[in-house]
Amino acid sequence: MLVQGIKSRPEYKGLDIDPHAKRHLFVLEGEGAAAFADQVELKGTDFLAKSEILYLAAGAAPKAYDVALSALSPDVFWQAPTLQPLLFRLRACLEQARMGTRLYIAGTEGFIGQIMQVALEFGIDFNSIHTEHRGSTARRVQCVHCKGITDNVTTSPFACTHCGLPLLVRDHYSRRLGAFQGVNIDAEEPGTAPAPEEMFP
Amino acid sequence: MTITFRSETFRDDFTFRNSLTNIRRFPFPFDRDEYMYSVNMEPHIRGKADSVFENLIDVDEHYVAEMQDRAMVLKEDPLRCQALPHMMAAQWDVLELLMEHQAQDYPEHFTLEKNGDRWRWINRPMGIDDTFTFGDPSTLSYPPMEYITRQAQGDFCIVDQRDNNLWMDAGMVTTQADWSLDFDIGMNFMEWHGPVPLAHQIGVFDRALKFLLNLQQGKPTRRLNWTMTVNPRLDTSPENYHKWGPDRQTVTPENVGNKMHLRVELQSLWRLPRSNAILFVIRCYLISLDELVTVPKWGRRLPRVLKSLPPEIVDYKGLTRNRPIMIDWLAKYDDGAPTSAGIYPD
Repeated sequence: MLVQGIKSRPEYKGLDIDPHAKRHLFVLEGEGAAAFADQVELKGTDFLAKSEILYLAAGAAPKAYDVALSALSPDVFWQAPTLQPLLFRLRACLEQARMGTRLYIAGTEGFIGQIMQVALEFGIDFNSIHTEHRGSTARRVQCVHCKGITDNVTTSPFACTHCGLPLLVRDHYSRRLGAFQGVNIDAEEPGTAPAPEEMFP
Repeated sequence: MTITFRSETFRDDFTFRNSLTNIRRFPFPFDRDEYMYSVNMEPHIRGKADSVFENLIDVDEHYVAEMQDRAMVLKEDPLRCQALPHMMAAQWDVLELLMEHQAQDYPEHFTLEKNGDRWRWINRPMGIDDTFTFGDPSTLSYPPMEYITRQAQGDFCIVDQRDNNLWMDAGMVTTQADWSLDFDIGMNFMEWHGPVPLAHQIGVFDRALKFLLNLQQGKPTRRLNWTMTVNPRLDTSPENYHKWGPDRQTVTPENVGNKMHLRVELQSLWRLPRSNAILFVIRCYLISLDELVTVPKWGRRLPRVLKSLPPEIVDYKGLTRNRPIMIDWLAKYDDGAPTSAGIYPD
């Protein structure tokens, strides 16, 4: 059974532009672009000149958010083809970041978690990072048994893509791993796992 | 007093047993006939002779076998021992604390000689005689926390204190009741207790955190926690749940007395002097129901406690499947007589 309301479950409080920041670094994925556009709507366009956007279209590519973002004329707009080069570029940005830089992340939970991991490596306090969950509720899950991580998990249970065990997806979340915990659901009676149920569409 | 260390196993053929003396000193966790979560903390001070509270770091007849089991777990899975980089000062704090207590209370088995920073540590039961420089990790065969916790019973977590919270930033965890250090490392107090049911809602963790933030050096505190385990298996980790989980199906009315074990954690918390971190010792004691009912008071009380448990606790402690079998089997030891207050045998 899935225990709800677990305290390690992250809260995403919204992008909410910090008016005192000297520089805004936005790391956005897919529908996260819409969270950014909402801020422009809400807070005006003044912050755009101090903003750098790293964007990964992912599943939202057909919506052409990249065109809309670029048209807002932020100081820097850069689009990544996949996550790996985005993380590479993000590290370069954080290496050079100055005092007064505010980091914002918007997109799916798995994306937020992986960007947060890089930010934590650079010693940024997670409480200072503004986050907004947009798009699919699919989860990034670590198998507690083989330690393999599976992205975009939409059902519970699901078969671990590494060791094959059917895993119950818990609400217990590790910021360090950027993942929820998956635990073998039929450990006590192997072969009795219930059918996967769509829980994170 | 010289301890005779048993040769026994906590896996495969499960030859673990408690001697008669060790049964009497078992830390039975129920001081009344029912159970609910509470902030049941008390000062960790020396207690009765021949109890587990006689010495603050308890060493018993299972010491050598437990250390062998720990070494096996670490060979299979080195991630059971981890420390974040900022925890080195705390690691030395822990090494000092455990060496000093073991040497002071068990001089026949352990000796610590200090000559400035040059220390000599002798562990006779494990055949260790090492000289090293306190503060210089390169002079030990493992990092300081791992070195000493390969020679001390119980799991150990070192908890850093900052931002008005406690952070699980290092640990040696091989005898855990189904929680993963590798998953929880780096979490704060509320986060790592996230999966525990009921206790958050009744404010147990808020009060416990407030209490622990003010823990003072030289005034350690303790509490007992418990669960039940099929077979005397120390390593009931979530990592290996798919390996030990099937054991729960093997319990029958005929073998329950021998198979089912009450698993008690004596948790003690110590403020560390250099790092201001807190050492959290989770010392695990196992006793089979057969052994437990040789103390009539415990035989009467345990079935009453098991009957009183709320369903959430039954589920969280993994008792759903076997609780009825235990209650039935234990019934013959409960004659309905009143039990005396407190945890000790009459």
